Amino acid sequence: MIVWRDYTHNLLITTKPTVWVIVLPFIKSNALWPCGIHRVLDTKATEAVLAAAAFYDLEGTLVSTNLVHTLGFYARNEPALFRSFKKSASTLLSLPVFAITDQYSRKVFNDLYFKRYKGVKEDRLRYLADDLFLSVLKPAVFPGTYELLEKSRRNGLRQVVVTGALDVSVKPLMAHLGIEDYVANRLEFVNGVATGRLLPPVMAAATKASWIRVFAEREGLSLSDSFAYTDSMSDLPMLSIVGHPAVINPDMRLRQTALHHDWPILNLK
Amino acid sequence: MALQLRRKTHESVVYIDRDSAPRIIPSGEDFILEDLPIGTRVIYPNAPIKGLPNREAAIRYALNHPHGCDPLFAQLEPGMQVTVAVDDISLPLPPMATPDIRQTVLEIVLDMLAGHGVDDVHIIIANSLHRKMTEWEMKRMVGKRIFDEYYPDRYYNHDAEWLDGLIKIGETKHKEPLTLNRRAAESDLLIYVNINLVPMDGGHKSVAVGLCDYESLRAHHEPQTIRDSDSYMDPAKSELNHKVHRLGKIVDEHLNVFHIETAINNRMYKGDMDFLLKNEDDFTAFDRMKFEAMRYTMSKLPRPARRKLLHSKPAQYEMIACHAGNTEPVHEKIIEKAFDQYAIPVRGQCDILITGIPDISPYNVYSVLNPLLVQVMGLGYHFNFYRNKPLLKKGGVLIIHHPCYDEFDHKFHPSYIEFFNRLLPETRDAFVLRDKYEREFANNPSYVEMYRRGNAYHGAHPFFMWYWGENGRQHVGKVIAAGAENAHVPAMLGWDRADNLTEAIAMARSFMGSSAEITMLHQPIIAIADME
Repeated sequence: MIVWRDYTHNLLITTKPTVWVIVLPFIKSNALWPCGIHRVLDTKATEAVLAAAAFYDLEGTLVSTNLVHTLGFYARNEPALFRSFKKSASTLLSLPVFAITDQYSRKVFNDLYFKRYKGVKEDRLRYLADDLFLSVLKPAVFPGTYELLEKSRRNGLRQVVVTGALDVSVKPLMAHLGIEDYVANRLEFVNGVATGRLLPPVMAAATKASWIRVFAEREGLSLSDSFAYTDSMSDLPMLSIVGHPAVINPDMRLRQTALHHDWPILNLK
Repeated sequence: MALQLRRKTHESVVYIDRDSAPRIIPSGEDFILEDLPIGTRVIYPNAPIKGLPNREAAIRYALNHPHGCDPLFAQLEPGMQVTVAVDDISLPLPPMATPDIRQTVLEIVLDMLAGHGVDDVHIIIANSLHRKMTEWEMKRMVGKRIFDEYYPDRYYNHDAEWLDGLIKIGETKHKEPLTLNRRAAESDLLIYVNINLVPMDGGHKSVAVGLCDYESLRAHHEPQTIRDSDSYMDPAKSELNHKVHRLGKIVDEHLNVFHIETAINNRMYKGDMDFLLKNEDDFTAFDRMKFEAMRYTMSKLPRPARRKLLHSKPAQYEMIACHAGNTEPVHEKIIEKAFDQYAIPVRGQCDILITGIPDISPYNVYSVLNPLLVQVMGLGYHFNFYRNKPLLKKGGVLIIHHPCYDEFDHKFHPSYIEFFNRLLPETRDAFVLRDKYEREFANNPSYVEMYRRGNAYHGAHPFFMWYWGENGRQHVGKVIAAGAENAHVPAMLGWDRADNLTEAIAMARSFMGSSAEITMLHQPIIAIADME
């Protein structure tokens, strides 16, 4: 990741005045560039051109829903009325806990959140996935999402979604958005019943970044030329490994971080 | 000597003498007082031409007595589709006191359209690749009545990246493409409402630039065109104008355009800030008091508050002419009037040109004058305020006065930040920048989205800003940033820096010789040095 302001700052401000006396005349005549930049540019020029990608977080970034909406949908659609009521109420009451833990640690949030799926049958999740897409996810796609994906595609960027949502629930949405490359969290099932635990790697925070690194290496993608988009501070590692990070509808903490690093701030609403 | 120096070749040209008062120089959000060397020539704006006493009547007269076509009412038929395009917030500067001239024109035109049974009317802001205007700005520009009736479905900003909303019109024999706003192009009648602030505004530029897409724009917003413009404020010798003229011919072939152009005087300030436009030697005690009061107030405020205060002062421009009809004859009349207001006969080029950079530019309305905009004001606009030959000799020194703070507006100028910090350290060569990076920025999905759904300038816009300083950059021998509060911004722009104007003048003299002739543009100024 290049933080442009720091890049300039380190290069120009921290350079000793004596060095400037020597270097400035050459800069003006375009004859010599400070060696740091020179090296970077030359290396870049001689490298073979690599493909690049745009990596997106999903919930809150491309769609307005979050993980709790999905949980609420499954709770509402429990087969028995009483169980539906009980699960919905329980989800509702858990909201403050989810909010607090999400601020504290995405890992703790995931541990608590996915426990709610304990006992849910795999075939039921798959059965409800289309309904979830039609009634919850599709209407929640931001209007600007389609434009952003389209523009990005026209630039030849691979479209990759890296989300902490469940794979079964996002599959129809990915098909709708025309995204073939995506990675999502997977519930652990024993005899077709969810244990409430996630299979590794758990897509959250730094894991997303390491997955992207591996993916880019495997697919021959240049991370320097790649883009990343997210709405959440927990995805800072993912933003930090690409050359063109951007934030979408950010919370206050991420907005401040984006302003500090001069990252573009998008509003797809 | 004194008598010789006190001679007046024109009321707007003043020479500094032994007992001359110090001069006020705007420097960003500040106003500083500086003693200039004896013999310095200071160019002030011309006295404002008296505004038309009844601008509504003048507009109606223009609509009913057009040049080269039927009156507007005679062109209207019930049921026809009409689009009215208006200049964006970059004109005039600063934004004028309400009611804006556009509001007055629109009220008359829209009433006329309604009276002739024309209901299918859209108002489009011809912002081209400029930032889209905010809701508040749009309301301020046209007034509450029109805003409530038309916004947002029938009053909106042009979107140069909305593919379905664009249509290719054709291309010139020089292979310059022209793609325009579809609604405007497919309307039975396109009415363009213009405000002419500087001579490069208006004419064919209004439609061919204001409503086009990126590919159309890049054909003429490029370094060679700017290098070949001598200057771009002189339509006859502006290559930019020639290229736009060619595109305008295609517009006239395919579209039915009814052009309404207005010229305004240069009464930028009135009342509490009118002293900024006066010769300091003629200051009254009250003028001095107003200046000291402003300076004291400003000194107590942080920079954002100073900026806010300055931006809250609307300009007091008055309309001095209105013409309507076919684009070319209308523009000819308006340019003539504009030169009446702005042209100042000046004899002899100078070796050192001083210009303060006030916080006023077409691109920082309600925003920050970032380093690239300081560059475009100094080497672009202020340098190009001439006709026949530059005010500054070839190889001369341009001294700009500005703090050159490293500050950018994230909402309005996101791509500027990357341009400044990533590209300029690599090269300042406009041709390399264009070939290597312009399309990358123009197609950056983040910047495109911020332009389309936010209020950001297009990703390619910082490149155009750089190109617009190109003829100035090629002409001057050195640029010195006086009062720059850091070293790295001037260094990135390829400039020297000085702590203050005195030091800058000493540096310039060491470069040009101790007998160097000095001229200062007394900012804020909109003027054309008509060089003999």
